Amino acid sequence: MVTIEIDGQKLEAESGAMLIEVADKAGIYIPRFCYHEKLSIAANCRMCLVEVEKAPKPLPACATPVMEGMTVHTKSPKALAAQRGTMEFLLINHPLDCPICDQGGECDLQETAMGYGGDSSEYTDAKRVVKDKNLGSLISTDMTRCIHCTRCVRFGQEIAGIMELGATGRGEHMEIGTYVEKSIDSELSGNMIDLCPVGALTSKPFRYTSRPWELSATETIAPHDCLGSNIVLHNRFDKIKRALPRDNEDINECWISDRDRFSYQGLSNDRLLQPMIKERGVWQEVDWETALTKVAQSFDTIREQHGANQIGALLSPSSTLEESFLLQKLVRDLGSSNVDHRMRQLDFSADDTAPVYPSLGIKIRELDQLDAALLVGSNIRKEQPIAGHRLRKAALAGAKVSLVNGLDYELSFSAAETIIVSPSCYASELAGIAKALLEKGASAPGGIANLVNGVTVSQPQRTIAQQLSDGDKSAVILGTQLLHHHDYATIRALAIAIAKMSHSSLGALTDGANSSGAWLAGAVPHRVVDGVAASRVGLNTQQMLTQGLRSYILLGIEPEFDVINAQQAISALSHAELTVMLSAYVSDTMREYADVLLPIGAFSETSGTFVNIEGNWQSFTGSVPPPGEARPAWKVLRVLGNLCQVEGFDYTSSEEVRDEVARMTTDSPDLLGGWRCPAELKTGGGEVYTVSDVPMYAVDAIVRRASALQNTVDAKNTQAASMNSRCAEKHGLTDANQVRLSASGVEISLPLRINERVADNCVYVPAAVSATMMYDFSQQAVQIQR
Amino acid sequence: MSEQRSMLSEPVIREIEKWIKRYPPEKKCSAVIPALHAVQRDNGGWLTTELMDAVADYLGMARIAVYEVGTFYSMFVHEPTGRHKINVCTNVSCMLCGSDEIVAHLQRRLGIKLGETTADNKFTLREVECLAACGGAPMMQVDRAYYENLTPEKIDEILDGMME
Repeated sequence: MVTIEIDGQKLEAESGAMLIEVADKAGIYIPRFCYHEKLSIAANCRMCLVEVEKAPKPLPACATPVMEGMTVHTKSPKALAAQRGTMEFLLINHPLDCPICDQGGECDLQETAMGYGGDSSEYTDAKRVVKDKNLGSLISTDMTRCIHCTRCVRFGQEIAGIMELGATGRGEHMEIGTYVEKSIDSELSGNMIDLCPVGALTSKPFRYTSRPWELSATETIAPHDCLGSNIVLHNRFDKIKRALPRDNEDINECWISDRDRFSYQGLSNDRLLQPMIKERGVWQEVDWETALTKVAQSFDTIREQHGANQIGALLSPSSTLEESFLLQKLVRDLGSSNVDHRMRQLDFSADDTAPVYPSLGIKIRELDQLDAALLVGSNIRKEQPIAGHRLRKAALAGAKVSLVNGLDYELSFSAAETIIVSPSCYASELAGIAKALLEKGASAPGGIANLVNGVTVSQPQRTIAQQLSDGDKSAVILGTQLLHHHDYATIRALAIAIAKMSHSSLGALTDGANSSGAWLAGAVPHRVVDGVAASRVGLNTQQMLTQGLRSYILLGIEPEFDVINAQQAISALSHAELTVMLSAYVSDTMREYADVLLPIGAFSETSGTFVNIEGNWQSFTGSVPPPGEARPAWKVLRVLGNLCQVEGFDYTSSEEVRDEVARMTTDSPDLLGGWRCPAELKTGGGEVYTVSDVPMYAVDAIVRRASALQNTVDAKNTQAASMNSRCAEKHGLTDANQVRLSASGVEISLPLRINERVADNCVYVPAAVSATMMYDFSQQAVQIQR
Repeated sequence: MSEQRSMLSEPVIREIEKWIKRYPPEKKCSAVIPALHAVQRDNGGWLTTELMDAVADYLGMARIAVYEVGTFYSMFVHEPTGRHKINVCTNVSCMLCGSDEIVAHLQRRLGIKLGETTADNKFTLREVECLAACGGAPMMQVDRAYYENLTPEKIDEILDGMME
């Protein structure tokens, strides 16, 4: 520690810290453009010049390390003159187009010019003009405004992990850009808009739609992944205009994914605005009372005629804690236990040994500090971009991150080991790692030694085992795709064994924003609130849809995209006597299988709580009222509860619901779950298997309607199947543009791409997109034809 | 990638490999400047985007990072050039010592303007930023050689020497 003095204030500072950091901590503001606490130091804008006693010239505060006894003046005549001089230089080439610039009102340059600049310039020559670039559908450019701080360039190199922007040319001819015509494709690219201190990089969807001072802000939680990034929504005239990150060092730092930033566009398309009832095949708009009375009466009839177990409830893993709780309470009070939020899960055989709720096993911020990690069935970079970013930080600091996947996803860091195999081999790969740990003398949970007895250990498996047990902080993480695996229970058990034997934490990355909350709230058929075993075990998603119930109530899902076997879901829903949908959206497909449509508010239009993957309860309020006659879902469920005459549905606020759940939950729930050794290790035969994931911009109804996101390269790349050239050759598809895939009697035809990153004997098929809507993702083996 | 790599000729790859060996294995990108020189020489004195891409892929660098280097230094050229490149400095020191007259004489003598190439494809005349030879201003660089304290006579002498 050293003692320094800034503007007469005595300060203790870490030796080696830069002046600007120390000043920031003490609340002394020094103007800056290129400095950013999350980026490396460039010291190229010179705006932070300050006077340091005994130094002959002003020094840049961002690149001057503190030294014992240093006396600094940030507002002395010498410092102010230096800052004014820098400002004059910066404005030489900057256009005076503030009135038409989108950054106006929240522009660092504008504000700094007001605070630290002079009132005139000695420069009278022409300003330079730089041609704008087309960087894709998310970022708009006005490169003449660029002041070359290089924050965007450093962001790409250091945070996003792919360098897409650079500074080409030199001196007067230097330009920030891509040099060749190319879009910016990072899943975190929108953060460059926030980082840009001027109006050079602005949001393309937001452009020219509002001035920042016209917007009102509401703090909320992003609804598209299990991290729960903290965001702020800006609205004007009850319409969401944009989403920005909110600092939370424990979750998203100061970043958010493009999905969280641009999804708000999807809030204004295809909205369901009025309760609707289908009478003899004809849709009618009705008032709430009529609609809800009809639902309550129909449930009564079904209960009387066929029994309460003919009612099934399916809800989105992104429904709030309150919604999940109320729906399961309603259904259970009606006498049914058929409730589930796991729309893409296939293997439920480990339900009884599952922890109270799925969790990451460590805190999100601890991802950065891992020494070793094993990810199975995960495209973490696209599925949970912020978790991907944190894992990248660990990898850059030397962590050994290994993966077992069916597709060699492009990572933003280099992996230690990558095992690319058919999903049918995941279990045997993990068995190999477990065996390697056993051979090192680790004590295995009961039955594992027997199970992996016949397994031969490969070199990569041995390396991964070694890395996990060498690491002080190591983690085994089951990716979202793994939760949808046929053999989930076996793979999970092997992962538990590996974690125990290597002293690693075990965690999962779940679907939606509130899967953990849905488990906690009892939105699973075998457990009520806080993981307490249900007295009556109901049907899970797959059972409800394969058995075919008389009635269904759906909350926040579009079955044609969100359920793993859409065709079966649609068929079950169409055959039911009553299908009630609480939905923010309406589509032609919904009109076909639904009988009652009840309009609800999206995440931005309701208060509620998301429980993220580290078990953090994050409550939020609605930003804007729901459109038309739509109402927050918790209110709809409450009124429906009253009309169904079930007890205890007199909540007056969502907070009351949340507090009730909170009172029922314990402080330290069991997050490990029980142990049961799998009976056998299944290995795949010679068939071709499907490798599948839900692409980043297809995860939920909001994102699927967000037009700018749908125009990104990532979204456009998801309408095709792919396989490697060996697989293509084997099936005579080397020169084919199309491929026909059939599973369980349903055939779809898709454009074919050759991609050497796909595992041998596998075909990659993206889920939750229109091209593959009818494909049966619940079948593992697939027939391929030209 | 394999397609890209084939854009680099065998001798160029040998040359790049020679440079890569001088740096630690994880710092292959340090070889980018000599690699671009080798590629440019092999391609008749100028670089294309495709060639820069090939260098980037070969060295495992982001393509834009190679474009940055390739466009920063005036010794890298991005359009076809004459056999000899004449780079004349017009920065402050040279300007104060008469580079305007040097440029005028070169243009007259070669019959081309700055940025142009002679009809026989022999000379390209370029204006460049400071080449760090202010002590000998005005100066110019012809291919890899520096010529300092220039006068019109001295230029004639140099060019005459290159006419054969």
